[in-house]
Amino acid sequence: MHFALTEEQEAIREAARDFLSKRADSARLRKDMLLPEGHDPALWKEISGELGWAGISLPEDVGGSGLGMVETAILLEEQGRCLYGGPFLASAGLATALLLEAPASEARDAILARLAVGEATAALAVTGDSGRPGGDAVALELVEGPAGVQLRGHAAFVLNGNVADTFIAAAHDRRPGRDGLAMVAVAAGASGLAVKTLAAMDLTRPYARIECSNVQAVDLLVDGGGVAVARGLQVAQVALAAEQLGAMQAVMDLTTEYARQRVQFGRVIGSFQAIKHRLADMMVICEAARSAVYYAACVVDEYRSDPATGAAELAEAAALVKVYCSSGFHDVAGNAIQLHGGIGFTWEYDTQLFFKRARATSNLLGSPQYHREVIAELLGLDAATEAP
Amino acid sequence: MKIRFTPEEEAFRAECAAWLQAQLNGPFADIRGIVSQTFRAERRLEWERALGSARWSVIGWPEEFGGRNATLAQQVIFAEEYARSGAPGRVGHLGTELAGPTILHFGNDMQRERFLLPIARGEEFWCQGYSEPNAGSDLSNVRTRARLEQGPDGPEWVIEGQKIWTSLAQFADWCFVVCRTEQGSKGPAGISYLLVPMKQKGVTVKPIRQMTGDAEFNEVFFDGARTRAEYCVGKPGEGWKVAMGTLAFERGVSTLAQQMTFRNELEQVIAAARSNGAAADPLIRQRIAEAWTGLRIMRYSALRMLSRTTTGTMAPEAMTYKLHWATWRKKLGELAMDVVGAPGELCTGEGYELADLPYLYLFSRADTIYGGTNQIQRNIVAERALGLPKEPRGDR
Repeated sequence: MHFALTEEQEAIREAARDFLSKRADSARLRKDMLLPEGHDPALWKEISGELGWAGISLPEDVGGSGLGMVETAILLEEQGRCLYGGPFLASAGLATALLLEAPASEARDAILARLAVGEATAALAVTGDSGRPGGDAVALELVEGPAGVQLRGHAAFVLNGNVADTFIAAAHDRRPGRDGLAMVAVAAGASGLAVKTLAAMDLTRPYARIECSNVQAVDLLVDGGGVAVARGLQVAQVALAAEQLGAMQAVMDLTTEYARQRVQFGRVIGSFQAIKHRLADMMVICEAARSAVYYAACVVDEYRSDPATGAAELAEAAALVKVYCSSGFHDVAGNAIQLHGGIGFTWEYDTQLFFKRARATSNLLGSPQYHREVIAELLGLDAATEAP
Repeated sequence: MKIRFTPEEEAFRAECAAWLQAQLNGPFADIRGIVSQTFRAERRLEWERALGSARWSVIGWPEEFGGRNATLAQQVIFAEEYARSGAPGRVGHLGTELAGPTILHFGNDMQRERFLLPIARGEEFWCQGYSEPNAGSDLSNVRTRARLEQGPDGPEWVIEGQKIWTSLAQFADWCFVVCRTEQGSKGPAGISYLLVPMKQKGVTVKPIRQMTGDAEFNEVFFDGARTRAEYCVGKPGEGWKVAMGTLAFERGVSTLAQQMTFRNELEQVIAAARSNGAAADPLIRQRIAEAWTGLRIMRYSALRMLSRTTTGTMAPEAMTYKLHWATWRKKLGELAMDVVGAPGELCTGEGYELADLPYLYLFSRADTIYGGTNQIQRNIVAERALGLPKEPRGDR
C-alpha cells in the first residue's frame, strides 16, 4: 500500500502539463473551439500519435503502452485543467473503457490497434435523446436482418462524435432468444449511418447525434445479457471524473489568483474572510476529489488484473467518484463565478467555460442523483426492511 | 501508486484480528463497543495496559520504546482491525497519538527514555494543556506562565494559570502544557512546551458537564505546580513550533481508526433506516448515499496523507482534512435524527441517558469546534495552503 504517485507517474504529469501549457492554453482553446471539428486536428494528431497518449492504457500487443488507469487519469486531469476539447477523453477514456471489457476478437483488436497509434478515434454511444444513463435510455437496437445483424435507432450525446471514425455503442439485443445490452462497433462511414453535430451550451467540446437506419456493417463485440457494457461504463465514469478533477482545480487556481490581485476597499479581496473561507471550502472539495479520483483509478487497475475480486469495489468507487466530482466541479465553478464578480459572468472570461463544462460533464454518464441512487442500492437500502 | 496489501500484510491483519477478538470475547468483553469517552474508565485503563503488554499500543514506534517498528501499511491495518473489532476508544490516545510522537520527534534522549515506555505500556496517561478561557481559537494568546526556581533536586518550572476543555484530565498522570516562560512576551514568541505531572498539590481538575450530559473535559488550574527544568520539549521560549508539530500528529494513523468509528455510526443509521422504513424515502436515500461517498473519500484522503513521508509538518491535503470530516460528521448527526424521527428525542433511561444516534447528534456539534473550529480551519487553509493574506490582529 502506497497511495502516492511514483516518480515515473510524476514525470508523466510534468511532461503533460508542460506540453499543454504551451500548446493548449486559453487563447488556443478559444480559437480551436470555433473550428468545425471543435478542436485542432493537428494538435490532436501530435498528442495522440507523436506523444503516444492515445495508446497509454492499451495493451502492448495492440500497440499501446500497457500502462494503467492511474497514468490515464493523470493525462485526463492535465487536459481537464485546460478544458482541452479534442477526443482524448471520448476515445482513450470512454470508448476504450468499453472496448477493453469486450473479449479479444479480430474486430476489437483491429480497432484498438488504430486507436493506439492515433490513426483513428472512437466515440461512445450509450444513450438516446433523454441523455439519461441506464438501459432504458438506450435507443439503438440490434436485430437479425436478412444478411446478418443490423443496427437501427439513434444515439445522442455522443462526445466528440462529429470526428469519430468508429462508434462504440450499446444496443438492445433484440435477436431471437437474446436480451440485455449488446456492445457493437460501427464505422462512421457505414452505409445507413448519419452523424449530426449538436450545438451545445458547453462551448468547449461538441456532441453528436447518430441515426442508424438498418446499418449492416456492424461488428458485434459482446452479445446482450452480460456485464461488459455496465462494467465498461463504470471504468468510463472514473476517466470522466479524472478530467473533471483537473478542470475544477484549474478554475480554483484561477479564482485564488484573482483573489490575490483584485483590490477593493484598499485591500486585496483575498484578505476578506468571506472570500477566504469560500476558497478554503473549494479547496476541501478539490483535495477530496483528488483522493477519490486516484483511488478509483487504482481500483480500475486492480479490477483489470483480477475482475472477479475487483468488480464489487469498482461498482462502488465508480459511482461515488462520479457523484463527488460532478457536484464538486459544479460547486467550485459556480463559486468561481461568484468570487470573480461581474467579470466572472462575461463571455470573455474563462469562468463561464468551466461552469458550462461542469454542467455538461455532470449529466454525462449519469447525474449525481442517479449515482447516489446506485450507491443506495449497493448499500442494501432496498433489502426487505426488518420488523421494528 | 498501489492500494492493495501484500499477502504478508494480510497475514498481519489476521494476527491483529485474532488477538483483538480473543481479548474482546474474553477478558474485556464488558467494554466492547463503548461510545462515550469516559464510561467505565477504570476498565479501559486496564485495557490500555493489556494493549501495552502485548505490544499493540504504539506499533509504529521503535522497539526500544515499546513499539514494533511497524510499517505504515501495518499501522493502517491495525487501526482498521482495532475499530472493526469493536474495541473501545483509546483513553490513552493523548499520550500515544500526541505526547508520544511529539517527544519522539522534538524531545531529547533523556525525555524519550523517561516518558515513552510508560506511555507505550499504559502506565502513564496524558492530557493536553492548550486552550485557556482567553486562548481558544487564538491559541497564541495563552496566559499561563512558568518561571524557573531552585527546587530541592535542582531547578524547576513553577506554573501558574488555567487551562480549559482539557479532555481526560481526570485520569491523566501528565499534561503537556503550552505556557509563557518569557515575561512580557506576546504571541507565539516566548512560549514553552512543558511536561507537567498532574498528581501534585498545585494542580486542580474540575470537570465540565457538556451538552451530551457527559463530563469528558475539564478545567485545570495550575497554582504553583512544579516540574523539572529539563522537562521542557525544545528550547525554552521556542515551544510554539513544538505545539504546532503536535497538531500535525493529529492527522496520523489514528484518523483511520476514527473513520472506522464513523463507518460503524453510518451503518447504525442505515440499519435504523431499514428498520423504520425511512430507507424508502428518496431524499433519505440520497443523503445516506452522500454520507457514504464522503466517508469513503475520507479513507482515501487519509491513506494519501499517510503515504507522504513528512513528519511534524502538514501537507495541503492534511490541512483540509479536519474541515472535511468535521463537517461530514455534523451532517451525519443530522441525518441520524431525521432517520430516527421523534423517538430519538426521548431519553432511554434514568438520568440523561441517550441512545447512540441521538448521542451522536449532540456530540457532533462539538466536531466543528474542538481541535480548531471550522472557521479557524478555513483561515488555516486559506492562509497556509492558498497563500492568502493573514488575518490582521486587533491587539498588536
